[in-house]
Amino acid sequence: MTALLEARDLVRVYEISRGLWKKPTLVRAVDRVSLSLSAGETLGVVGESGSGKSTLGRMLLGIDPATEGQVVFDGQPMPAMGTTEWRRLRAQMQLVFQDPLAALDRRLSIAEQIGEPLVIHGLATKSEVKERVAELMSAVGLRSDQAGRYPHELSGGQRQRVIIARALATEPRLLVCDEPVSALDVSIQAQVVNLLRDLQEKHGIAMVFISHDLKVVRNITDRVAVMYLGRIVEEASSDVIFTHPQHPYTRALVSSVPVPGRKLEARIILQGEPPNPARRPAGCAFHPRCPVVLPSCRTSAPKLGAVGTGHIAACHLIAQSDAPLVA
Amino acid sequence: MSYVYRSGHMLSFFLSRMLRAAITILLVMTFAFCVLRLSGDPAQILLGPDAPQDAIEAFRERWGLNDPIVVQYWAYLKSLWSLDFGVSMRDKSPALQLVLERIPTTLQLTIPALILKVGIGIPAGVYAALHRQSIADRGVIMMAVFGFTIPSFVVGLLLVLIFSVTLGWLPSGGQDTWMHGILPTLTMSIGGIGILARFSRSAMIEVLGQPYIRTASAKGMSWRDVVWKHALPNASVPIVTIVGFMIGSLIAGAVVVETIFSWPGVGRLLVVSVSNRDLAVVQCLLLVIAGTMVLANLAVDIMYGWLDPRLRSKSAAH
Amino acid sequence: MPFISIRDLRVAFDGTQVLHGVNLDVAKGEALGLVGESGCGKSVTWLAALGLLPGTARVTGSVTLDGQELCGASRSTLEGVRGGRVAMIFQDPSSSLNPVIRVGRQIAETLRIHRGLMGDAARLEAIRLMDMVGIPDARKRSDTYPHELSGGQCQRIMIAMALAGEPDLLIADEPTTALDATIQAQILDLLSAVRAETGMAMVFISHDLGAVSQVCDRICVMYAGRIVEEGRIDATFGNPRHPYTRGLFDAIPRLEGGRERLVPIHGTVPDPRNLSNGCAFSPRCDRATDFCRSNLPVLKPQPDGRFLSCFHPVTGISKSSCTSGQHESAAA
Repeated sequence: MTALLEARDLVRVYEISRGLWKKPTLVRAVDRVSLSLSAGETLGVVGESGSGKSTLGRMLLGIDPATEGQVVFDGQPMPAMGTTEWRRLRAQMQLVFQDPLAALDRRLSIAEQIGEPLVIHGLATKSEVKERVAELMSAVGLRSDQAGRYPHELSGGQRQRVIIARALATEPRLLVCDEPVSALDVSIQAQVVNLLRDLQEKHGIAMVFISHDLKVVRNITDRVAVMYLGRIVEEASSDVIFTHPQHPYTRALVSSVPVPGRKLEARIILQGEPPNPARRPAGCAFHPRCPVVLPSCRTSAPKLGAVGTGHIAACHLIAQSDAPLVA
Repeated sequence: MSYVYRSGHMLSFFLSRMLRAAITILLVMTFAFCVLRLSGDPAQILLGPDAPQDAIEAFRERWGLNDPIVVQYWAYLKSLWSLDFGVSMRDKSPALQLVLERIPTTLQLTIPALILKVGIGIPAGVYAALHRQSIADRGVIMMAVFGFTIPSFVVGLLLVLIFSVTLGWLPSGGQDTWMHGILPTLTMSIGGIGILARFSRSAMIEVLGQPYIRTASAKGMSWRDVVWKHALPNASVPIVTIVGFMIGSLIAGAVVVETIFSWPGVGRLLVVSVSNRDLAVVQCLLLVIAGTMVLANLAVDIMYGWLDPRLRSKSAAH
Repeated sequence: MPFISIRDLRVAFDGTQVLHGVNLDVAKGEALGLVGESGCGKSVTWLAALGLLPGTARVTGSVTLDGQELCGASRSTLEGVRGGRVAMIFQDPSSSLNPVIRVGRQIAETLRIHRGLMGDAARLEAIRLMDMVGIPDARKRSDTYPHELSGGQCQRIMIAMALAGEPDLLIADEPTTALDATIQAQILDLLSAVRAETGMAMVFISHDLGAVSQVCDRICVMYAGRIVEEGRIDATFGNPRHPYTRGLFDAIPRLEGGRERLVPIHGTVPDPRNLSNGCAFSPRCDRATDFCRSNLPVLKPQPDGRFLSCFHPVTGISKSSCTSGQHESAAA
């Protein structure tokens, strides 16, 4: 099976200025991340603030340049941002943001904004654009009489539908959604999640779904990558991640989801804060918060290794327990 | 990125500011130097239209005006380096002395005006913000708009018309008694009061809408304390910017008003020297003016750090 | 007798009524959850009760605290209650702290107002409180500014500040919404621990039914400025009876659910400027009849002890089986 999208050893280093005569700090926001995505597949990327999940999402689209490593789309290396080839490719890969109001132009009607990508990429004539916009609006559940409305006249859920319609205008093969439903109320969130799923199934779009909301990720994704401090620490099918998480961080994360009816005592509560990417702990980055830390965790960083079929994790403990015969 | 800290040394911050200040002053100097030399012949203007050609020629030779402009500029820089600001072409007295003599006279107007601006503008703006939509608020907005849209020469003439011509209470020009200072001071402060009132009002309104104000109220603090201890310190950052600018123009800000009221300050000296093409004096004036403005800006930057810890250069606490 | 009692509380902003007569009691020491979507009035209820709404809001009704009327009370009365008997923490901890004042001093302010502590005594007590809410190295951290602390630590400071007044009731307005998942769990844990230690009552305002169920005994569900269902948390979560409550439960994706289709509530929250005459939820309700659309249901006690405001409540056991205690921890 060939992958639609492949990321190979992606690294993104930011410079953080510390004043005029001090050397800037280098922060590895994304640190050697590899992943692959088949057509029509949904990959969830979860993690806390500072985990690098949003940076990774932008890198997959080429909006944020990779310091090292490579993104391969449809067998071809990603062209550099801003080039003609990149722009052409962007029509096939779209981004859906968290905050629909910030992503929309308040001076343009929603019909104009939905049709905009078609005009920019020169994909349709004027009459075709109009037709396509009407089609897209009905596909995302917007009424045709809302075409002339402006973003501020719509509700949050409707605005997110506009964003999705706009992203779909060019019939993309890949959608990167960065917290697409986090700003929405529960009842509306369900509408948008269903919509994304229906559209994906109908058009076979591959999707990278970045979110801190594990319940939504559980519901919409096939596979999940868990990120901690710029690295993937565990990746598996979403069933496995949520029923048999292996990495202690994933366990805590899954356990921290407040489930109606579940009491607090049943949860693993991690101590400490999500760490500062500018001060990555030595060894396994998770060791200062890990409830089952081993001495070796403080000195050497575990590598991602297979712990089951299609299931990888980076943890010394798993590596040990996986070799019981040797021990 | 949630973990970006501004860090570095206070010293490096200070030095970079000083460097920028020096460059600003150098640019102002160079600009003034060139414009003055390209905009008319000092010899012609100072000696008059009927002066004989050889007198003009001799004058030019004496002040080095026949040299190429680059040579003149180099000579100027060299003399500045040895703190020689040149002498007036009119009466040969040192330019710096002429300028410094006038500064106290100008400050007699601008300092009381600044006190009025700050003392009336800020409280009026804060009061308006605390009583939004009230009659007082509307009044302050109206006065503020009036204050900063009407040019000071119109205000000055109006005041003269009312208090000198019609009522005859106050003198319309000169510098003989403290009574002479009243009208120019008022004229100068009205615009600034308007600007400060408007800025203080909007800064205060913005701050009062912040969540931490609600927190302060929610912990049972009296409204008075909420305003004084929580709102004002935060609102002061933008206000300080404006006040800093006003302090920077203490010396240069009175040109129009001094001219209207024949007040013999720095502004008058500037106008007279420019029209006489008294090169050294104008250059010296501009240098002093630019210097005070740059210093005031530097003071504002330092004040920022003092008022708002988020802007302070400080290494990460973690 | 309830500790705090709200009767027929109504709030209007610029002529638009957003709260339509809320009745609510909180007993001493109990934990009440208040849930609903944005704009339903769950925060406004408590801001109004403490007189914290802007002057443009019109508030009527009655709020009594141990028999003392707060609605329309004098400034000094309200100031004595706020932060003293009733403390409040908010959604966005980083912007809820004053950016130009050291956090230790912000806690000390409450100590001065409500406990008369000054100087070193206040400083030491502030450090003790910071220690209590789990700030490591509290002595040093008390001299930092909010921007130097993480969101989770800022919320801990807010909680320390709330505890400083030794309140009988803490209003926690979406205290974990802006925080990361593992930090949310820490803060919920902290709130429970603090309550166990001090015995204070809590009103936990949230749109997160999961978080509410973890820390509360009783729940009120609000919709469009009214309470639509109220009851013990186990009973209500096990068998939600208002179609809106039920809809909220069904709309939440479930961790153990897999990739099943979600059941959203169709439509959107009504515009408070043009509410229908009938039940505000009727336009989105599958069970609504013409009667629902023209008549306003009132909150009535039910035989099972809960309160309900619906003409056609859901009967029977919910298929989404939100009963407590059934799920084993996914990580166990």
